[in-house]
Amino acid sequence: MGDTMISLRHVAKRFPGTRTPAVRDLSLDVDRGETVVLVGPSGCGKTTTMKMINRLIEPTSGTIEVDGTDVMAQDPVRLRRGMGYVIQSIGLMPHRTVAQNIATVPRLEGWDDARIDRRVRELAATLRLDEELLDRYPAELSGGQRQRVGVARALAVDPPVMLMDEPFAAVDPIVRAVLQDQFLDIQRRLRKTIVFVTHDIDEAIKMADRIAILNLGGVLEQHAPPEEILREPANAFVEEFVGAERGLKRLALIKVSEIDVDEGPVVSPEDDAEKARALIRDGGFGWVSVLEDGELLGWVDEAMLEGKARVSDATPRRFSAYVTAEDSLRQALDSIVTSRTNVAVVVTEGQRYRGILTLERVSREIVS
Amino acid sequence: MGPEDSERHRDMSEPGFFSEVVEWFADPLHWEGSFGVPSRLVEHLIMSGVSVLAASILALPVGMYIGHSRRLETLVVSVANLGRAIPSFGLIFLAVLVMGLGLDFPASLRPAALFALTLLAIPPILTNTYVGIQGVDPDTLEAARGMGLTEGQVLRGLELPLAAPLIMGGIRTAAVQVVATATLAAVIGGGGLGRFILDGFATGDDAQIFAGALLVALLAVLTEVSLGLLQRAVSPRTSPGRRREVPEPTPVAGPAA
Repeated sequence: MGDTMISLRHVAKRFPGTRTPAVRDLSLDVDRGETVVLVGPSGCGKTTTMKMINRLIEPTSGTIEVDGTDVMAQDPVRLRRGMGYVIQSIGLMPHRTVAQNIATVPRLEGWDDARIDRRVRELAATLRLDEELLDRYPAELSGGQRQRVGVARALAVDPPVMLMDEPFAAVDPIVRAVLQDQFLDIQRRLRKTIVFVTHDIDEAIKMADRIAILNLGGVLEQHAPPEEILREPANAFVEEFVGAERGLKRLALIKVSEIDVDEGPVVSPEDDAEKARALIRDGGFGWVSVLEDGELLGWVDEAMLEGKARVSDATPRRFSAYVTAEDSLRQALDSIVTSRTNVAVVVTEGQRYRGILTLERVSREIVS
Repeated sequence: MGPEDSERHRDMSEPGFFSEVVEWFADPLHWEGSFGVPSRLVEHLIMSGVSVLAASILALPVGMYIGHSRRLETLVVSVANLGRAIPSFGLIFLAVLVMGLGLDFPASLRPAALFALTLLAIPPILTNTYVGIQGVDPDTLEAARGMGLTEGQVLRGLELPLAAPLIMGGIRTAAVQVVATATLAAVIGGGGLGRFILDGFATGDDAQIFAGALLVALLAVLTEVSLGLLQRAVSPRTSPGRRREVPEPTPVAGPAA
């Protein structure tokens, strides 16, 4: 990428009547199509920083450019119409239906009714909002539905920039995870430039292309992809903020397909049972995988091969759990520690065998 | 009352008093001409209507401005307290001292009466307008501004519709007080239903006093009920088929009558 969409240069904000500035001197770039998550303890100025981008708060000094234009040189109303805005409490208009709420900005922009109606239905489909909800009022929605309407409303005129202030914080953890996954899925298609504020480091790790960790007074401690922040915290503050389980959090970011897997002991059905028995003894697992033209049939152990001449004479047992190449190492680790064999078997689509992952192999990724 | 009075006057407890009131209402003379019930009723309505209208024109924009901008908020509290502290009876006489009886004006538009009634109506309208507008959820406002609504769009599209029930409640409270208090206009030579009461005192006609009081009370109740319906009508829907709960007018706005 490298194509800057939002650029903050030496931005400071001092609220009248306060001794310490909310933001002292912050410079930060957000690339086009990138999700940057501002995260930090309360009082770190993350929300203030976000609100300065759409001028709900005006900076005391410094410049903020969006798409190359200084925000202070633009009409705030026009500036804001070009940016989606979602806040934690969503703030839907209680006297307007869901459809009317979503249509707020299109209506202000003078779209005709047919176009508005089409767009509202399209967004309802994108956010997986049942069309029958469109005529309801916000008071009749569940928390998760309200968040979806808030995101739909922010996306209404397809703005290139989205500002999101703890948009999923008000719902329970299960609904939150669903909303996060859904939003990631939408973002993969829409490639908006997103500034996302949260106090939850796990949410930041999950949502961010890059995380900006802020300390009190808007001091930027580290601005890097989640994986790098977990691997190389820039200082003690970041390390403490990222918290315990840093290794586990990193594993959640690495896909099985990104690392080399061990081949593991394999035989084909045509092989002698004697060869299989040797592999079982030497392989250290007590069993061997049976592959037919690369397809995983299952596993056999010595007891199953008892009195058999060929591997094909025995009936391989299927593995109870697999890991696919798209799963994370954290899921692989879960599979390893819960399986009887202490190994995760990796398959790709169509049960194509890729290899095995052991505890030793995964822990190499944590320490590296 | 002196002994002579007790011979002329008939007391409500005496038998036959209510039939006298009924007779008073049945007398066609009491329904004709500029001294009849219809004319006095119209005078009373004009006097009350003009006062509430004038108070609305003054108080609504001020209340909206203060509620929207959150500036000068102490002004609302001061006006509300002042309204409670000053009795309208005294206010009418004070107005007469300043502007005279204004006998050149029609009986329903005596300046002193209109002045006092308008001042009486301002506090509830001002207070409720302010409370209604500043009570709109700040997150809803922030989201609206964040989406690029102008301040005027925020006021028209969000604050006014959501505050409408409370604003209407303030007008309702003011109107009922004004209708009841407009009776006092007769004391300074004005018109309205108060004339029946005052003239009844002058002629010792208790049945007429009672009839006048009854008419004022009925009109006040009718005002309360009809403006209550209007208040319901302006309440925005927040769910299909059901209108938002109509909030009761705030109690801070009731000046002494």
